[in-house]
Amino acid sequence: MLKIKCPFCGVRDESEFSCGGEAHIARPTTDLKLTDKIFSEYLFMKYNPKGVFLERWCHTSGCRRWFNLARDTVSHEIIEIYPMGVFPKTVKGKKAYQANWRRKSKYEAVSKPAKRTKK
Amino acid sequence: MAKLNIDRGTRAFTRKSKRYSIFSIAKNAASYHQKWQQAWRHAEPKSTYDAVIIGGGGHGLATAYYLANIHGITNIAVIEKGWLGGGNTGRNTTIIRSNYMWDESAAIYEHALKLWEGLSQDLNFNVMFSQRGVLTISHSEHELKGMSRRVHAIRLNGIDSDILSPSEIKKLVPTINIDPNIRYPVMGGFIQKRAGTARHDAVAWGYARAADELGVDIIQNCEVTGLRRNGNQITGIQTTKGFVKTSKVGCVVAGHSSIIADMANIRLPITSRPLQAIVSEPIKPILDTVIMSNAVHMYISQSDKGEMVLGAGVDKYNSYAQTGSWTIPEHMVAAAIDLFPFLSQLRMLRQWGGIVDTCPDASPIISKTDVKGLYFNCGWGTGGFKATPGSGHVFADLIANDRPNPIALPFGLKRFETGYLIDEHGAAGVAH
Repeated sequence: MLKIKCPFCGVRDESEFSCGGEAHIARPTTDLKLTDKIFSEYLFMKYNPKGVFLERWCHTSGCRRWFNLARDTVSHEIIEIYPMGVFPKTVKGKKAYQANWRRKSKYEAVSKPAKRTKK
Repeated sequence: MAKLNIDRGTRAFTRKSKRYSIFSIAKNAASYHQKWQQAWRHAEPKSTYDAVIIGGGGHGLATAYYLANIHGITNIAVIEKGWLGGGNTGRNTTIIRSNYMWDESAAIYEHALKLWEGLSQDLNFNVMFSQRGVLTISHSEHELKGMSRRVHAIRLNGIDSDILSPSEIKKLVPTINIDPNIRYPVMGGFIQKRAGTARHDAVAWGYARAADELGVDIIQNCEVTGLRRNGNQITGIQTTKGFVKTSKVGCVVAGHSSIIADMANIRLPITSRPLQAIVSEPIKPILDTVIMSNAVHMYISQSDKGEMVLGAGVDKYNSYAQTGSWTIPEHMVAAAIDLFPFLSQLRMLRQWGGIVDTCPDASPIISKTDVKGLYFNCGWGTGGFKATPGSGHVFADLIANDRPNPIALPFGLKRFETGYLIDEHGAAGVAH
């Protein structure tokens, strides 16, 4: 059982949350110009690392707000919790962001990166 | 639905001296069972193979066995990073069935079930395949209607499937409560009588022994660390026991598929999740059918040892730790008690998790890739055990002939580009 510190409500049991899967997937803005193969990378292909993974969680049974979380998929250690729309700050989090194959994918090159918001 | 004549192969166990039989038992009893031959050799990797299978679970060993037995390719190795059947093959709830709604799934799971039906004879190893029936219960009028649609679709494909009334269910499963005034009333159900269970370890051991007999090298405690290629052609694999030269690599590593795919710079639509199961202390026989329920979301059967075996859905987040969250077993036990209140008296003995490779459409991937000589068999998700013989059979055909046969064809990676998905999420007969 994970103990997750909701940025809005504090530490709660995992059962109050739902996991929304991989974070920072940018939607291609020029869909019609992409080939089916490249669009399927956006739509179906997954980054599925054994190690640090950046994912979205929602405090479904609490404040119902979304946030990002960097977690190790082997030890389940939670490395960092950070708001939606921003990028991880820890060394491990940054490394995990760069390690994702999407950073080199053709579709991401034609996607607008998620905007940094001031917090 | 695509159908193939089932070629069971003719090359295995031609030497009588190696066969298990009543005479071999008698002979070995006379020597106090001290002289049984080794079931398979402890092989070390050779420098070159015609094909290498990564992953020594049921699917990988079956692939090697059928490659050797049907296609005559015997210079092959199965590379396993742990021990045989130590992954999902030894971690599932052993349920076997072929009552899938879509034609593509029906074809492959029925192909597997037909192979299961003769598997103990084929392998000369008792896999304890027991066709005790799998009964899916419905708890509402609407679920029952959806179920009857599924039953008819399944029957049109020539697969046995029957709707049962509550009284027929009571006759089959005397421990069930069919009172209409309970929280989850039993409104009816559907059964596949040819479905059942098998001894999962025996499946791995049986395939390993039969493959070894045909000359396949089974290499345990050997992890693949890299793939080598020349241009777009696979030339070999790097392992913890050195480099192995080969031009064909079949990858059957379930939850770790994405790791191997990364080595070849290939993308897969796979997420790795824990799927948990629990067994209770052994009790006297009370349940000789497998019971599933979508509404309370669990499945239960009784093993030959008498333990109640329970399973449910996958954990909600990605993980490579073979354990899982406590919320799942808690839910699983609560659901089981809803169906069978007497289970609340039982103590649970063991809980475990396996890392399953879930796919967006809940159907497997049996496919060539953009890299020549690299084949993937993955994405079986929560239901791979039942397909073991069929999966190995069609995957061996794909590797040997470098083209998918009609049963494997719909399961190519191309479907994620064309959109021809085989969406079994709601159609499979049990929730995922």
